[in-house]
Amino acid sequence: MSWHDWLLFLHVAAAFALVAALVLYTVLIAVIWNKDVPRDVARLFGISKVGDVLIAVGSIGVLVFGIWLAIEDDSYRPWDGWVIAALVLWFVLGALGSRTGKIYDAIRARARTLAQEGSDAPNAELQAMVQDRRGLWLHVAGIVTVLLLLVDMIWKPGA
Amino acid sequence: MLAVIRPDSWNYPLFVHVLGAMVLVGALITAGTAQALSWRPEGNAAAYSRLSFRTLLIVAIPAWFVMRIGAEWIYSKEKWADVPNEPDWLGVGYITADLGGILLLVSVILAGFGARRLARAEGGSTILARSAGAVALVVLALYLIALWAMTAKPG
Repeated sequence: MSWHDWLLFLHVAAAFALVAALVLYTVLIAVIWNKDVPRDVARLFGISKVGDVLIAVGSIGVLVFGIWLAIEDDSYRPWDGWVIAALVLWFVLGALGSRTGKIYDAIRARARTLAQEGSDAPNAELQAMVQDRRGLWLHVAGIVTVLLLLVDMIWKPGA
Repeated sequence: MLAVIRPDSWNYPLFVHVLGAMVLVGALITAGTAQALSWRPEGNAAAYSRLSFRTLLIVAIPAWFVMRIGAEWIYSKEKWADVPNEPDWLGVGYITADLGGILLLVSVILAGFGARRLARAEGGSTILARSAGAVALVVLALYLIALWAMTAKPG
């Protein structure tokens, strides 16, 4: 197995980690959507830790191994149009992820605080936070960005 | 190099295959994580088992079909059936995809019965739910091998 093969494997594996994180977050958003009991919401957020690791490893991995591949592979150049497009999409994804993360981190923190205070009753404020459509739409925008990245990686326009 | 010489018409099935595989891996990680959390004594085993079962049923099973349909589509596009000796990576892909599919089905059934049993009697994880989580993680391991075979293309 050549060095190039290893780089390609690590690049694709990182992309799988990135998409896996988005799938996990999507499931989490869907499952907490109708929840308003702080302890339930806080508990379900338990799975988000794995998503946080996957998104960090995946987003850094695709960038590092992707640029490395573009430099190492004679067929591509880091300044090729499709590589530049991928970099732009990566930054867009980062910005969207950062904003989405802040919204859901706030929900997780609020649910934990309420749960630690012993509040077991349905909480209208928490439900409003969970059903805030800004977070949902930012997450959907992140998914669309990843789909565009995948299209760019497979079709490689201009290559 | 392959990407440069790959005809555009191969990109559609490749996109379907890769997207299905990515979502499938994500669903397996989500379901496996939920099952693992259900093993913790302070966790709500019933809620996590139900989450795992639904993720496998609603996300992983459809994603498996998308991945598998994409695989057959690109197999026919690339005319591998006309090649006398198929490369090793293709065999690895077939074995892991189909074996993984059977194990995925087993995991869904175990998770379904496990979640149902836990919903009836709260107070601890059952052997069925635990087995479902273990099988889901085995399937995940198989698909990581497939990912390596598909990218490194040994043989």
